[in-house]
Amino acid sequence: MAATDLWSPVHIYGGFMKRAGFSTRWLPILLLLPQLSIILIFFYWPAAHAVKSSFYLQDPFGFGETFVGMKNYTALLKSSAYLRSAQFTVIFTLIVTMLSLSLALLLAVKADKVIKGAKTYRTLLMWVYAVAPPVAGVIGLVLFDQSWGPLKDFFGLFGWDFRLGVTYFDTAFAMVVVSVWKQLPVNFIFFLSGLQSIPKSVREAALIDNRSATGRFWDVTFPLLAPTAFFLLIINITYALFDTFGIIDTLAKGEPSNNPMTLVYRVYVDGFRGNDLGGSSAQSVVLMVLVLALTVFQFRMVERRIHYT
Amino acid sequence: MKPVKFTAIVDHLILITGSLVMILPVVMLLQMASTTDLETMRNGPGLVFGDQIPVNFHKAMFEASGFSGKNTGLNMLYNSMILGFGFAIGKIVIGMMAAYAIVYFRLRFATFAFWIIFTTLLLPLEVRILPSYEIVQKLGMLNTYQGLIIPLIASATATFFFRQFFRSVPEELIEAARIDGAGPIKFFVDILVPLSRTMIAAMFIIMFVYGWNQYLWPTMITTEEGMFTLVRGIKQITQSLEGTNLPEYGKSNILQIIAILPPVLIVIFFQSWFVKGLTDSDK
Repeated sequence: MAATDLWSPVHIYGGFMKRAGFSTRWLPILLLLPQLSIILIFFYWPAAHAVKSSFYLQDPFGFGETFVGMKNYTALLKSSAYLRSAQFTVIFTLIVTMLSLSLALLLAVKADKVIKGAKTYRTLLMWVYAVAPPVAGVIGLVLFDQSWGPLKDFFGLFGWDFRLGVTYFDTAFAMVVVSVWKQLPVNFIFFLSGLQSIPKSVREAALIDNRSATGRFWDVTFPLLAPTAFFLLIINITYALFDTFGIIDTLAKGEPSNNPMTLVYRVYVDGFRGNDLGGSSAQSVVLMVLVLALTVFQFRMVERRIHYT
Repeated sequence: MKPVKFTAIVDHLILITGSLVMILPVVMLLQMASTTDLETMRNGPGLVFGDQIPVNFHKAMFEASGFSGKNTGLNMLYNSMILGFGFAIGKIVIGMMAAYAIVYFRLRFATFAFWIIFTTLLLPLEVRILPSYEIVQKLGMLNTYQGLIIPLIASATATFFFRQFFRSVPEELIEAARIDGAGPIKFFVDILVPLSRTMIAAMFIIMFVYGWNQYLWPTMITTEEGMFTLVRGIKQITQSLEGTNLPEYGKSNILQIIAILPPVLIVIFFQSWFVKGLTDSDK
């Protein structure tokens, strides 16, 4: 599986260059210069800055800063608003990941199976990939509109008085629905290409061994899809954590105070709107550690060779 | 003729339902864009299409919604194009150059350079958004195209993609090129770049869509209405819908459709390249 290849230890530790490489000195440095300078200025500098400011308390009027040690971090742990966001983020990430993965898998298995219209289905199910998250959020605003939103009316039929932006649960529900809608295509594309790369001989052998389609799926197809699914799991967690920003922002309608928000959204709200630079930086560092932990986890799993191909 | 199997019908029903869920919300936007604002305000989305698309289109493209009068749809479209193309081209050019240096040269600090570049894959811009903003501000790049594009390029996705691809290029090619007396620049321009054409196309589609759809960074970096992109402008549009006596639904819906159309068309038309690029790379 090419997607996980990138992360395989062999690729990272072994063989950095071609054996018959050029030995010119100045050219590679020149070639690397743009990439390295952009990374240093716009990646390492801000990242280091975030780590540093997380240990300082900034004067709100811009008169210097004082070293406060771990205070920004302990303040986070004591803040009920932060902990509520953390809790929401975990639940939100779990639900969005599980729903979009399982629905996409179902659709991919069906799209792989049908003969007629396979191409049309593929196009129809993947184009939403290109829709920007905030636009998806605005579509959500229309669907759940208080006076005439079609989905709000639909839920009203069952006696559910849906109030987007007012009831905490309803807003969270809308955020999940829109986020899953937006993420389905990516998972669909990966699952479908994973399914299509299963050799015909394997499928035929499975057909002889196992008569039941469901049994075949769980015994043969699903294990073969495991590397794809694992790779997608990481991608989806990252998506739910970071890329849903536009969806959260539009659905919260600029009133984050009483609405659910993810941790990334809180970094922005506290730092940019609330002007709490130290606290926001501490939040950034917490997220950095989280992402690093995810990556280490991913490496370990790849080392254990989840992939069978 | 074989009888139609029951399971096949179920399969198609599931796929049709999935497709409808994907399409209907956007059809709804289009329907709302085809009626008058008053009609939308009273009844919301309906089943019948109206004839107001040209009127709303004209409003969206040529009438500004802000105070400065600069953020017309046309201007935002222009800015989105610059961001999409600038980001995609910048990332591909810089990524190819760096990948070429890492794969094809004997460099003493290659390992070190590799790790420095590799680390950027781990931390998305959202995590370091505030310090990045401060630095762009210090450099005087707020409300400029450079400030919009360059910090977004500071992650090495394209570099890794091309590194992976270059490593799969047969070793014999470079040996043959050296025997023929081709230098490193000639080898790159005449052999490696033409060989990477499909990969470049795939990367371009993915990067264009990614750049075009940026929201958080443009929201922070551009405060002048003349610099707004379509996706960034959406925030202002939704805010203007709240509280106004007669919100301009038609205009807003047209702008949203224009914001999704270019990336969607590219993805649909170049589907096979796009799918290959996406599933071959990491993201």
